[in-house]
Amino acid sequence: MIDLYSSWGYYNIVSIGIAILVLWKLRKNLTELGVSTMEKAVPMRFRQAVVQALADEMRSDSSVILLGEDVAEAEGVFKTSEGLLTEFGPLRVRDTPISEMGFTGAAVGAAIMGMKPVVEIMFMEFLGVALDQLVTEAAKMRYLSNGKLSVPMVVRASVGSGLGFGCQHSQTLENWVAATPGLKVVCPSDAQAAYSLTRSAIQDSDPVMILEPRILYAERGDVDASLRIPIGKARVLRQGKDITVVSLGQMVKVCHAAIEKSGLDVELIDLATIVPWDRESVIASVAKTGRLVVVEEAPESGGWGSEIIASTTSTLFAQLKGAPFRITTPDVPVPYSGVLEARFIPTADDIARQLNEAMKSGTTPKSWWELEGLQ
Amino acid sequence: MSLELLRRKAVQDDAVAQYERMIEIREFEGQINALFAAGSIRGTTHLCLGQEALAVGLASVLRPTDIVSATYRGHGIALALGLSPEAVLGEIMGKANGCCGGVGGSMHLSNMALGLLPTSAIIGGGMPIAAGAALSFQTKGTDDVAVAVFGDGATNIGAFHETLNLAAIWNLPVVFICDNNIYAEYSRITVTTPIEDLHLRADSYGMPHFSLDGMDIGLVQKGIAEAVNRARGGGGPTLIEAKTYRFSGHSRADLALYRPEGELDSWQKRDPIKVTEEALVAGGRLNPQKIDEIKSQMKKIIEEVVAVCQAAPEPDLASMFKNIFTPKDDLAS
Repeated sequence: MIDLYSSWGYYNIVSIGIAILVLWKLRKNLTELGVSTMEKAVPMRFRQAVVQALADEMRSDSSVILLGEDVAEAEGVFKTSEGLLTEFGPLRVRDTPISEMGFTGAAVGAAIMGMKPVVEIMFMEFLGVALDQLVTEAAKMRYLSNGKLSVPMVVRASVGSGLGFGCQHSQTLENWVAATPGLKVVCPSDAQAAYSLTRSAIQDSDPVMILEPRILYAERGDVDASLRIPIGKARVLRQGKDITVVSLGQMVKVCHAAIEKSGLDVELIDLATIVPWDRESVIASVAKTGRLVVVEEAPESGGWGSEIIASTTSTLFAQLKGAPFRITTPDVPVPYSGVLEARFIPTADDIARQLNEAMKSGTTPKSWWELEGLQ
Repeated sequence: MSLELLRRKAVQDDAVAQYERMIEIREFEGQINALFAAGSIRGTTHLCLGQEALAVGLASVLRPTDIVSATYRGHGIALALGLSPEAVLGEIMGKANGCCGGVGGSMHLSNMALGLLPTSAIIGGGMPIAAGAALSFQTKGTDDVAVAVFGDGATNIGAFHETLNLAAIWNLPVVFICDNNIYAEYSRITVTTPIEDLHLRADSYGMPHFSLDGMDIGLVQKGIAEAVNRARGGGGPTLIEAKTYRFSGHSRADLALYRPEGELDSWQKRDPIKVTEEALVAGGRLNPQKIDEIKSQMKKIIEEVVAVCQAAPEPDLASMFKNIFTPKDDLAS
């Protein structure tokens, strides 16, 4: 039996207590940072994390409904609504006609009247015909009602290249939705982010657009259902002191690989939310490293990374060790051929090359298409 | 009960009050013209002169918990539903006392206590939103009804067709009211549309439809009540085409010179205010002396509102940073 009053027993109990407190605090901090402690983590695919988040929200809030093409009977063409019709019935899980403007607009009206609709846009490009309802109606309702109306709706769209869908089904198009005050935009990069950001988006009282990288649907990852990733909070996925790399969506995984190849001590930030983006975390990181590279799956002109670079540069100009730059796709439509598409998307090798050049020479590296004299 | 709900109740209960509201709208729109000419209103504005019977008839049939989506030609509907002339004119003049604090303007009037969604400046933009409001009523199991009011031009935009189709397949409690004033902006309907009886388009969606004389408030009320009752009772959507005419051009800049000679005159013979007066005089509710009294009283009221709004403060700079996101996320908060 341990004598609690002996000095040995006392100090042990105290140090165990302190250790527990430290661990608990650490876990809490990690949780707030969007890093799972994996205590209750369950392995699942990205698409299953989406289903899980939808189901959990629909169970806890009867005003959550799902609208979209083939979301009910077919359970989503990417199986992102598997089992939801069975559990929640046809009033809450509705197949719609192919009329994005109609059902996105219906979600705006339903949200105004107290529902929390989640709209699935099968491919981001299909939002084009419904953009009016999201950008010009939903995002303006609070402003045009003197703050009386909320539009707690979520629009989910699959985005991105890499699967050979061709140029009308492979764009990311963040900039269609990133320049509209009143609309929030998030983009998960793994199963955990898909789960946590989907829940945060549904709980948000403003319209939120979720860009789901299609190529990640089948990827597996651990999901801790208790982990919250607030909208507007970036995830620092890797600490480092040489360069800050900010990325998003499917490029995060490529950046991980690139960092391994580079041999550099890179700090990797998954921006996670494009609007409102986490200035604080990015600025704090670049203040530490003095270098910033943004890796985007989007054409060079007009990408979201321009905003990150412009804002960070003007804030930290005197502290920078080199010019911040972007690694993007070329200004071309997404090519269909597997050979071409693989080069179109920034590769780990090319990102590693550019990171090393920037570190060694302090100058801005050329893009691969400049090096090859293609554009 | 708020002043605005009392104004609503008045037009629900009494035919003379309905007539008074029509006069109020006519006077109001007349003053807008004058204020624009004097430079007190910027941007653009769309008057509903000649379409007062539809606005007031609609307001008299609906409950305040029913939802209306309407268009940039919305001054009359806002006043009819019960918004105060001050809240509407203040907004049109961009003043802090406007219903949207001056950040919206003429095309964006709203008051949710009266069921008016922010009016949309996008042709057809409010139609799917009304269907969505109806979807929420259906999902929650209430017997409220949503109404979408839109112009003849909207029947050529995708939102019209997508919304009618959705409403029909889901049997939504929504009433579509096409305010067919014959002109879509500057273009006559015969130039833009292969049929002139627009309600027939509902046939494609298996939806009940009819037209009514939008210059006669009694017929407006009868038709809208029929459709609203069907929707309330679970009978689904209806497309109503109200045949009307706008006595002014499309917007401030439009003098409507494209109208054939004599067309305006022939419609003005059936001015909805004249039609209502005749009916009320025939029924013994009004006489010429009373009519003059109402008209001069309304003129005076609106003149006073103009003075109040001219003296009202401009919005403060902080107001443009508010109400973009939920208050905790707003830059200004």
